[in-house]
Amino acid sequence: MENKLYIKSYVSIENGQISIDGNVVFESSASNVSDFLKEGLRHFGIQYPKFFKMDNLSKLAFLGSELLLKDQDSPETALLFANSSSSLDTDVTYQESIADKDNYFPSPAVFVYTLPNICLGEISIRHQLKTENSFFIFGAFNPDFFIGYAENLIETGKAENVLCGWTELFKEDYKAFLYLVSDEGKTEHTKQNIELFYTN
Amino acid sequence: MEALKQELKEKIIAVLNLEDVQPSDISNTDALFGDGLGLDSIDALELIVLLDKDYGIKLTDPKEGKNIFQSIDTMAAYVEANRTK
Repeated sequence: MENKLYIKSYVSIENGQISIDGNVVFESSASNVSDFLKEGLRHFGIQYPKFFKMDNLSKLAFLGSELLLKDQDSPETALLFANSSSSLDTDVTYQESIADKDNYFPSPAVFVYTLPNICLGEISIRHQLKTENSFFIFGAFNPDFFIGYAENLIETGKAENVLCGWTELFKEDYKAFLYLVSDEGKTEHTKQNIELFYTN
Repeated sequence: MEALKQELKEKIIAVLNLEDVQPSDISNTDALFGDGLGLDSIDALELIVLLDKDYGIKLTDPKEGKNIFQSIDTMAAYVEANRTK
């Protein structure tokens, strides 16, 4: 990589807390992830009715991306996301709706979220992004992959910034870690820094 | 018929996750799609499922939905005339 890249900003969402650049900016004692994310949306004054129609994975990814992109919206921002449970949370919900052949009413609104990359569509619609986006499934957070892919996107001119996101969610277990890779910033885009921010 | 209209408003809000919308916010003549309540194509499919699940009405031609789902008034009239449960 010829030019240095930086982590411009990062967001963590887990254990009822939302942090931006390591500082806790919202805490909730909501009893479930859906209410927690809804409270978070309202706390930050984000007006977006479609949010309430999303599945929890998309809500998690959407909220995290809002906090990073609201003040630095660039149409040349690519999206690079991954998790380990794919869309299993919604897949299970959908499967339950079609399990009983005598009470068989599959929900179209649930079905559309039975793919993990739908959350990238939600973010792209919100921010009018027409850039590259990819959602990968890994056993665990994989900083090496994120670094290589994000640098390649910028190096080859496919994007000016890359919003990277690990958005893991199944039932009530969730963790989101999103960061914006750019040629501006103070923190170098290195594996050591990414791992440090991911674990803190 | 008024009770059915109220029931439809409550079901639509619940099924379509219309957060912050109250039944009293929806007038009987409001357009459900487009500039009215702002519903989209996935919402239309959910309404078709609602008719089947709660009223035993199976729409065989999705194009029928355009007329049926114009407003609460048109939806209630159709349910009243065609319901099997």
